[in-house]
Formats: sequence, C-alpha cells, structure tokens
Amino acid sequence: MKALMFGWEFPPHILGGLGTASYGLTQGMASHPGMEISFVIPKPWGDEDRSFAQIIGASQVPVAWRDVSREYVESRIGKLMDPDLYFRLRDHIYADFNYMATNDLGCIEFSGRYPDNLLEEINNYSIMAGVVARTLDFDIIHSHDWLTYPAGIHAKQVTGKPLVIHVHATDFDRSRGNVNPTVFGIELDGMHHADHIITVSNLTRNTVIEKYGIDPAKVTTVHNAVIPLSPELINIEAPRSKDKVVTFLGRITMQKGPEYFVEAATKVLKNNHNVRFVMAGSGDMMDKMIRLAAERGIADRFHFPGFQKGAEVYKMLKASDVYVMPSVSEPFGISPLEAMQMGVPSIISKQSGCAEILDNVIKTDYWDVDAMADAIHALISYPALHKQLKEDGIAEVNQITWDKAGAKVIDIYNKVINK
Amino acid sequence: MKAISFCFQIHQPFRLKRYRFFDIGNDHYYYDDFANDDIITRIAQRSYMPAAETLMRMIEDSKGKFKFALSISGVALEQLEQYVPEFIDQLKKLAATGSVEFLGETYAHSLASLIDVEEFAEQARMHDRKIEELFGKKPKVFRNTELIYSDDIAPQVLALGYKGIITEGAKHILGWKSPNYVYAAATAPKLKVLLRNSKLSNDISFNFGNPEWPEYPLTADKFIDWIAQTPEEEQIINLGMNLEVLGEMKPRETGIFQFFEALPRFAAERGIEFWTPTDTIKKLKPVGELSVMHPISWADEARDTSAWLGNALQNEAFNKLYSVAERVRLCDDRRLKQDWDYLQGADHLFYMSTKRLGDGAAHGLFSPYGTPFEAFTNYMNVLADFIVRVEEQYPLSIENEELNALLTTIRNQAREIESLNKEVTSMRLNIEHLGEEEKKGAKKPVEAVEAPKKSTAKEKAAKPKATKTKTTKAKAEVKK
Repeated sequence: MKALMFGWEFPPHILGGLGTASYGLTQGMASHPGMEISFVIPKPWGDEDRSFAQIIGASQVPVAWRDVSREYVESRIGKLMDPDLYFRLRDHIYADFNYMATNDLGCIEFSGRYPDNLLEEINNYSIMAGVVARTLDFDIIHSHDWLTYPAGIHAKQVTGKPLVIHVHATDFDRSRGNVNPTVFGIELDGMHHADHIITVSNLTRNTVIEKYGIDPAKVTTVHNAVIPLSPELINIEAPRSKDKVVTFLGRITMQKGPEYFVEAATKVLKNNHNVRFVMAGSGDMMDKMIRLAAERGIADRFHFPGFQKGAEVYKMLKASDVYVMPSVSEPFGISPLEAMQMGVPSIISKQSGCAEILDNVIKTDYWDVDAMADAIHALISYPALHKQLKEDGIAEVNQITWDKAGAKVIDIYNKVINK
Repeated sequence: MKAISFCFQIHQPFRLKRYRFFDIGNDHYYYDDFANDDIITRIAQRSYMPAAETLMRMIEDSKGKFKFALSISGVALEQLEQYVPEFIDQLKKLAATGSVEFLGETYAHSLASLIDVEEFAEQARMHDRKIEELFGKKPKVFRNTELIYSDDIAPQVLALGYKGIITEGAKHILGWKSPNYVYAAATAPKLKVLLRNSKLSNDISFNFGNPEWPEYPLTADKFIDWIAQTPEEEQIINLGMNLEVLGEMKPRETGIFQFFEALPRFAAERGIEFWTPTDTIKKLKPVGELSVMHPISWADEARDTSAWLGNALQNEAFNKLYSVAERVRLCDDRRLKQDWDYLQGADHLFYMSTKRLGDGAAHGLFSPYGTPFEAFTNYMNVLADFIVRVEEQYPLSIENEELNALLTTIRNQAREIESLNKEVTSMRLNIEHLGEEEKKGAKKPVEAVEAPKKSTAKEKAAKPKATKTKTTKAKAEVKK
C-alpha cells in the first residue's frame, strides 16, 4: 500500500511535538511490509532520515513551468530531490501560477515554521499539493494537523483517493476555549472532507466529536508512542544537585498550566526546604511566572534556565528527580514518556491524553495544587515510591512503540480503502 | 458421615481520609468517617443484617442442627458498635443459640503474623477479649487474617492456646491431597489444620448467579449433590467466604438467600451434617501432617502474600509501620494505640497493589483510591505523622538495641518486684507466726524482721545483672 502524507515538521528540525510524532509514526508504519510512504514537508534541510520514507520538499515542487537543464536542477536541489522527480512533477503543473512569487525553478519558497503569514503559507502548500497528487501514485492520503488539511483536501479532490486526517491537536487545546475562527474553519473543513479521522487520544477524540460535531464512527484514537533513546542519551552525564530537583519542561504558555506548577512548588517549599524547582522553556507566560515565583517568595528555589534543545533536554531530565506536566489541556503530551525513558518519575495532569495509556505515573487534576504538591512531596520523601515508578516506568514506556501505533493506522487505511 | 462447615468473615477497615503532607504534624485524625459510616451501614443493611436473619431462621428451623462459624475482625466490631449497633444485638442472639462459633483472629486484621511475633500474640489476645466480652465465649479455633498460614505461624497459634487453625486449601501446597480432611501442623502437631475448599467456596461466592458459568443456575439441591458425591473418606467440607456474599456481592435478586435457606433440607436428605470448626476438631483425627514453607493465603491467583507484600511500595509501608512496633507497645496513650490498630489493617497494603488483569481488578474494586500510588502516598503521609507522635514519646534517637536492654531491665525488675513481694508476704506470715509464738514465749520481734530484709536488698542488687546478661545473650543467639 502506498500512502501520501502531508506534514509540517520533520526531525531534526522541529519546533514541537508534531514533528516527532510524524516521524515516529512514519517509521513505525514503514516497519510493516508492503507499506510505502511519501512524506511531503514544507522545507527539508537535507539532513532528514530518508531511510524509511520518500521525503518530498514542498519548496522543491514546481508550480510554474521553467525551462531548466537537468544539470542545473542537479546543482540547485540535487541533495534534496532527485532531478527525475522534479521533471515528473513539472509535467503535472495544472495551472499557470506565474503570478505567484516563485523562484528560478518555478517553486514556492516555504519557511517550514509558523510565520506571521502562516495562512498564506498553508494556502501555497495546498497549491503545491495539487502538483504532487497528480504526479505520484498512491492509495491513500494522510494529513498531519490542521496546517496540512487544505493540502489533503486538494489532493483528494484531484485524485478521488480517500483522505485520513490526523488530529495532533485542536485549537480548543491551544487556546483554552477561545478558538480562532479561521483556524477552527480550516479544522472543521478538514474533518468534513476526511474519510476517517485519527486522534492522538480519547480526550482529543471527544473534542472532535463534541466541539466539531463529527460522527463518532468516523473518529478513531491511535495513541502516540516513543522512539527508543540511544544509550548515549540515557547515560548522558549531568550534574547532580544536593537538593532534590523537580522539573517542568515545555512551552510556558496557558495550555501547559505553568502557574499550577508554581503554586504547587510554593506548598512543597513551605514544609520541605531541600528542593529546587526548575521551569525550563520559554513562552508568553514566562515573565508572569517569574513575577509569580517572586511574589510567592520562592524565587531562591525556583529557576528559569530558558529554552532547552536537543541533548540539553535529556541532560535536564537526567538531573531531575521528578518531572511535572500540569497541562490544562494536552492532546497527548510526549514529554512525560521521555522523562520515563530517562528514569524520571512523572506527575501528569488527568487532562492530558497520555494519561489514558500510562499506569506508572501519578495523575492529578491540573487545578488540584494540593494533590500535585502532595505527589511531589511523596516522590522526594518516599524512596520506595520513586524507585517503583522509575523501574516500572521504564519497563512500561519501552512497550509503547510506534510499530504498534503504525499497525493501527494501517488497519484504518484498509477499512477506508475497502469501504 | 459427611459434614459442611461454613465460616463467614466480616471485616471492614477504617479507611483513611485524604491526608496531605502538609497535614503531617498538624492533624492527628486520619479517618474518613463519612465513607466508613456509609459503607458499613450500606453493607449491614443489604447484607449483614438480612444474612443474620436468614442464618437465625436456618438454625431455628433445623432445631440447632445448622451450625456455622463467624470470624469478625476487631476493627469491624468497633465500626459495627459505632454505626450499626443493632447488628451487634443480632450477633448476640446468634451467639445465644449455641450453634455459632466465633473464631479467633488478629484484632486489627493485620499481617503481624508475618513480621512481629509479639504483636501477633497481642492482637490475638486482644481479639479474644473482645469476643468474650461481647459474646461470652473465648475462641478456640484461629482464623488468621486472610487465612494466612505457614510453618512459622503454627507454633505461635498453638502457644496462644488455640486447638486448630483454618487456612486455604491452596493447590500448590496440597498437590494430590484433598482439602476435605483434617491435618496436623508439621511444626506443631498438636495444632489441627482445617482447609478451606476453595472450589466449592468459590462456586458460591463467585460463580453463583453468573449466567455465563456452565453450571448456572446453582441450586441447593445440585450443590449438596456435589458434596455428597465426594469420596466417602472425605468427611469435612470447609466453606469459607465473606458474609457479604449474601446480599452485597450476590444481590438479593440472584436468589442467594433462598439458596442458603434450602441447604439444610437437602443436606438432611443426604445425611450431611453441619459442624462448627470445633466440632470438626473434636470428631475427626488428623490424617497426616501438613508443611507450608512459605506463607499462603486465600487471596489472588497466587494464594500467597503478594496481594499485600507484592511490590516495593507495600514492603516499604509494612516495614516502616512495624519499625515502631516496640515503641508503640511501650506507650500507654490510648489514641496512639487505637491508631496503631487501625493502621495495621492489611487493607491499606492491599490498595497499594500494582497487579494487573484479573487480580488487579479485585484490588481496584475495593480501593478507595484511584491508583496504588495515591494509596501509598496517603498512607505514608499518615504514617509519617503517626511516627512523629510515637517519637515524641520514645525518641528514635535511642537505638532499638538500647531500648531492648532497657525493656528487659524493666521487665526483669517487674519480675523481681513480684518475687520480692512474695518474699515479703511470706516474711510477714513468718513474722506473724513468730509474733504469735513470742506472745506465748519471749518478746524479741524487732531483730527477726530486720535480718531477712537486709538479705533481700543484697539479692536485688545482684540479681538483675545476671538476668540481663542472660537475655541479651539469648537475643544475640536469635539474631545469628
């Protein structure tokens, strides 16, 4: 079976969980025999892992005809795309897009990020999708998150092939309910056109059913998984403090509930002085959190090391005794699974999707600061609990693999195609 | 001749309230009164009381031929006295019929038998006193918490004066043997061991009323027939279950009450009697010895102690609790002692189980907590406060060894004082004799009194040292 996937992020150049999840899923699906995947992303850098999927950069797909030589294409984009594919794509340009800003190869340049003109970029991505859909041979279309729904819809309209959309998050999660009408519109349109909808948790599934009014029969949950860590990362060296370290790692935004972490820290520090709290990350609520920590009088024990990337994340986890994710609304939330891989027991909010599949974590309501503080205290004061969650957590998370998630997605493909 | 011996258990723990770490040192009340009241009242109304009525009627209708045993934990009795005293009255009436035997067990429904010999004995005696006080009879047969039994426990139970013990007829210890005989404990041959027939017991407590069970519906006729069909030499069928099976686990509409009421009639038709455990012990001789190396119980698939001590959390909580046992026994603060009893309940550990699948479901069903980790955290917080209170009375800075030494001295002194007192009284008697004699003869009483007193004072100085060294030596040997 051949699938055409539209995505926005792909490791190693990622901005959030979407890229990691797309990568893991694609890899997991490709491990099943007979599965071929073409993955379209806005802007490849050339260092992506192409061993299990054909990566197509939207920035290399011509939408306007240019008379260029093979050598020229080879020299310009050779390390990103096979020139043969470029010419095949060029043969399938379906309209004259010369009025748009295109480059010397007739391609639209994509940033691959989340720029201010995001909506324009999404639209361009869908124009480009028309060319790809006409060129490639595939049985099913799979769109990851709302940015790529228009592209998926376009591809479906051109080819009549079934469309599966993958909801990694909805705007209700990102905005605590104050949805952006344009984004909501795009999401709703995608859901209506989709032959089947995959959600990353039952929490998201309920949002899709209740807030978007979608038929439950059309929505299936496939929980995310994790990619096993390399031994270098697991054994990474990190400085250990005398004090116990409790860590929050993620964007410091409304969705992640950082204020509850500060409040819980205040409660813990009242009775227990040998603890330090770390809020690693950046975001629009960071200044507010710094002020809040100061107001609570815990600034000497509450630290903001800023945004962490790559190996720093694992170093940070290695140096921690407890990981806390107090998200107000988290469609899935991969970070507690990563903490578990590193042997750090996690406290997660019941309002996060990963709570549905994890047993060896402590779950509290995000607003229940008392419960969260109590859990933090228990993990730093009762070594038996820490040990139990650490050991069973590693065993549990090692069982959550992408090939199982991939098998579920393939099942859905088969159902949709044979409908 | 065949007999059925029913043994019904009544137990409810004192469930803990939500106790956060910032309550440690501030709040010394640990119990969820609302939940405890609510649960025991509901179960008493749906199950205990109608069940007692049914059993009473069965005794009356059979003119006392229907007999059974009850095993009620001390903590359950306390809750019943507090919340459902009318049920205690019912129990007293049952006791008055003479057809009901009350069994011995640990007062707190504790696992003390696995860790602390002294505490175990104390709990058993305490429970005996409670039963005697309420129902006027001292238990003769012991039924340890959750039917826990091992070779180590048997001699302790015998030493406490019980004639027999009931435990689980666990397949892995029986092998080819049948549970339908009386056995003798390998480590204490005078103690008779009665084994619960788990297959027939579970047919009532689990399978009854389940339409998916191939034998559904289970009727009294059929059930008695199964018992009648067991080999002739197998004379005693011990059926053990929670009393809650009647009415709570198997609701009234399943016909469980009618099933029980019909049992004596069909049993009589086939010449099957009903015995109490004491009847069994009197009437039957042991067919052989039974050795149980590792503790068994009636819980979970494994029938071992893993339901309570299966993971690191449970072991940590268990060991922490009993680490202060000695100190608590020294205390005479009544509230502290009461909390000590309530915290020992095996249920608290049961809630911390991380078992999955079939067994896990049973653990989750009864647990007031969402997860085992919550159960552990809450219990440890309470325990932390409890230990703080114990420490206030007996600081942990004093080593256990030192404490032991002090304890032995105190105990020896008590013995010493007793023996001295005896001496004094005998002296007094002597003096009186002397006085009487002297009245008759010469008048010289003063010297005669003083002389023996001096000698006892000397003895007092010398004796404790000797006994002390003896006991410490003995302890050191035990440790080896």
